[in-house]
Amino acid sequence: MFGNIKVRTAVSVIVIILGVIFALPSFISKDSSLAKILPGSRVKLGLDLQGGINLVLGIDMDKAISNALEQIGEEIKAEARKQKVVVLRPKIISPDKLQFYVIDGKKSGIVDDIIKKYYNHQIKVLKIEDVKGRKRYTLTLKDDYKKKLEELTVDQVLKVIRNRIDQFGVVEPDIRKLEGYRVQVQLPGIKDAQRAINIIKKTAHLEFKLVDDSVTPEQIKSHNIPPDDEILYLYKRLPDGSYAKEPIVVKKYTELTGKYITDAAVAFDQFNQPYVTLSFNREGARIFERITGENVNRRLAIILDNKVYSAPVIREKISGGRASITGRFTLDEAHDLAIVLRAGSLPAPVSILHESSVGPSLGEQSIRQGLISIIVGGALVFIFTIIYYGIGGIIIDILLILNLILVIAVLAGFGATLTMPGIAGLILLIGTAVDGSVLIFERIREELRKGLTPQKAVELGFSRSTLTIVDANLTTILAAIILYQFGTGPVRGFAVTLSVGTLISMFTAIYVSKVFFAIWLKKVKKGAKFNL
Amino acid sequence: MGIELIKPNTNIDFLGVRKICATISGALILIGLVSIILKGGLRYGIDFAGGINIQVKFNEDIDTTKVADALKDSGLKGVRIQRFGQSSLHQYLIRAAVTEDQPEMVRNKVSLALKKLNKSFEIQRLEMVGPKIGSELKEKALEAFFYAVLLISIYISGRFEQKWGTAAIMAIALSLGVYILKLIHMPISILIIAAIIITLVLCWYLKLNYALGAVVALIHDVLITVGMFSLLDKEFDLTVVAGLLTIIGYSLNDTIVIFDRIRENLREQKKKGSLFDIINRSINETLSRTILTSGTTLLVVIAMLLLGGGVIHNFALSLFIGIIVGTYSSIYIASSILVGIGPTPEKQKETETAQATV
Repeated sequence: MFGNIKVRTAVSVIVIILGVIFALPSFISKDSSLAKILPGSRVKLGLDLQGGINLVLGIDMDKAISNALEQIGEEIKAEARKQKVVVLRPKIISPDKLQFYVIDGKKSGIVDDIIKKYYNHQIKVLKIEDVKGRKRYTLTLKDDYKKKLEELTVDQVLKVIRNRIDQFGVVEPDIRKLEGYRVQVQLPGIKDAQRAINIIKKTAHLEFKLVDDSVTPEQIKSHNIPPDDEILYLYKRLPDGSYAKEPIVVKKYTELTGKYITDAAVAFDQFNQPYVTLSFNREGARIFERITGENVNRRLAIILDNKVYSAPVIREKISGGRASITGRFTLDEAHDLAIVLRAGSLPAPVSILHESSVGPSLGEQSIRQGLISIIVGGALVFIFTIIYYGIGGIIIDILLILNLILVIAVLAGFGATLTMPGIAGLILLIGTAVDGSVLIFERIREELRKGLTPQKAVELGFSRSTLTIVDANLTTILAAIILYQFGTGPVRGFAVTLSVGTLISMFTAIYVSKVFFAIWLKKVKKGAKFNL
Repeated sequence: MGIELIKPNTNIDFLGVRKICATISGALILIGLVSIILKGGLRYGIDFAGGINIQVKFNEDIDTTKVADALKDSGLKGVRIQRFGQSSLHQYLIRAAVTEDQPEMVRNKVSLALKKLNKSFEIQRLEMVGPKIGSELKEKALEAFFYAVLLISIYISGRFEQKWGTAAIMAIALSLGVYILKLIHMPISILIIAAIIITLVLCWYLKLNYALGAVVALIHDVLITVGMFSLLDKEFDLTVVAGLLTIIGYSLNDTIVIFDRIRENLREQKKKGSLFDIINRSINETLSRTILTSGTTLLVVIAMLLLGGGVIHNFALSLFIGIIVGTYSSIYIASSILVGIGPTPEKQKETETAQATV
């Protein structure tokens, strides 16, 4: 019966052996001698089981675009000045529109030439209006340049974050682009989540600006400051850990930025207080030398992400391209600041849209609870099936264990990730996987009642159930596919175990179980009872 | 050796109580809907509503009001605290609203505030979902339901009726209807309702009676499960959506087995017995299978519910409710509809009737 039972047995045995070989590495230590001869792939644990951080960061693309436009505006202004044309107030009026005035409307041709000559690929003029003899320009980025800029920004963000994480030291980080200017960062096994997040999130835009000490405190209070000045704040850490902020007026013009930094490191002063030293490349060093030379006895503010860290007085011209940032750092803070300065600044601010972090203890607890559920649930099903079907129940239970081994093997073989909902899928599977066998067994019982011989009843039982089993299980797989398509990480883990498990349970119920029946029926021929 | 829970010639009159069952089902759905309306919608988890969840484990038991007091000046908004998971683990779930300023500082704020309690603790889990991601996930979950309705309607009209041609017509009609609705930018929730209505009307019109029974049973299962979540004041999150989709698959599985038997019995014994008797007998014949499979599934789900921990609690609960309701609906709802409107009239095609099914 059942066609060639030898082939069937051989296939089943091979599948079982392969299953054990692929499933085993996930249960033994990586360093054991057995692990060396087995396949290297094991089931990966999701972040919810091994602990770690999962972040979805949103890139502020509007800011990236307005930054680019702003810079172009300043460049046009500078270029026009060289040609004796005054360009006034380049300003961002909406995230993707730049506006400025040309004072002498008759000379606007020169500005047109500058735009055509230098920025033809990047911007287009939306409109030019006459406003009391002045010409008002409104510009925007060209579409293909904008697209290129957006791609570049995302890539740059990815690169900088990867750089920072590498320097922070995380094993197997996963950093990838998502749709809609988003980046997903997964850091397994991180202990100090807050610190990692601070490092990733920091824009780290370093600027050096001159302090305008001519402004009086009253002027600051009434916000009545010169147009090319701005008020920033110096944050001072108080002994109790909180911060006090102190306003400080600086020139808007940025003398030097962090893009010339080649290295940053932590050093200690004579009071053993950590600070960060910076090294500039040759160009940066030259600029720094010029600024310090021209502004002796003035104060130079060191600004990171619009916060003033310190504003020391320039005592003398500094050559050699080294500077330092002081400011009552803890050692960790100084260390992390050095990392972000070395890794470079983000081209646009990022915000955390989604965070989920799991501590290692919860992961262990979840695995333990999952295993207990599997064992208890499994034991109940074992008892239930054996009471109900006797020897048939033992067949069902052997198939169940085989199912679990094969699911683990497939997950390991394909490098799939096991999450807590995935474990829930395994638990559920123990309950649902018996369905195939139950359908067959019930059918066999019916045929036996009709008075058929065990052989005939088993044969009919299998042939008449197969189609129903396939059809009924297809619906579960259908639901799992939809879940996979629309679910996020952990839920996807459930969809994977559910669909893989359902397929495997169909295979074992329809194919492998016939081997057991063949053995059983052989014994029946020799006089044993067939009792299902 | 084995036992038989259901004796071979059992003939329980399932359909005799179908009116009572329909009333009970109707009442359950109504109660659920009223509860949802009175509570102003479902209680969405943070993955849909946005917000912050922080799971904290203390070394000893501590009063929730004390935790709340400690967090009073933390700067967190909309704080709610509840015990979480097995009580022996002393776990607490702190919920807070997402604040505009630096959500990433939440961890520090909570640690600082809880240190005031002078008890050792550990932040086990922190989840922050921004409002934008939340509404996106909600949209995605609804989309998943939508496609589930779409695919399953097409599958069952093809599968139950063995009429893939009609199923194709159905698929085209459904896609067309939905496409038009999408063109006028209908929200996805309307699309789902529209898809369901189109499916029901098409099943009725094309006389796909098996499919009609199955779809009604599915809607019944989902509505009752969702209603129960509202009644029990449980959180409706992404894992519950996963649970509901699983239930749809599971309940359909049950219905397919019973309907297949009905069809088989109709073919074999065309002249014997009324439709009512045949359907009732088919349910009885498949009863032990139904009890066995639902039984083992319920056993593992109960194990999951009691031992699986807080992370999958809502998921396990949705399965627990759904499996009970799904099993019940396959027997009492799907089959009753078939009694009411009669099975799909079969044109005798030799190739089709030759099919061997349970």
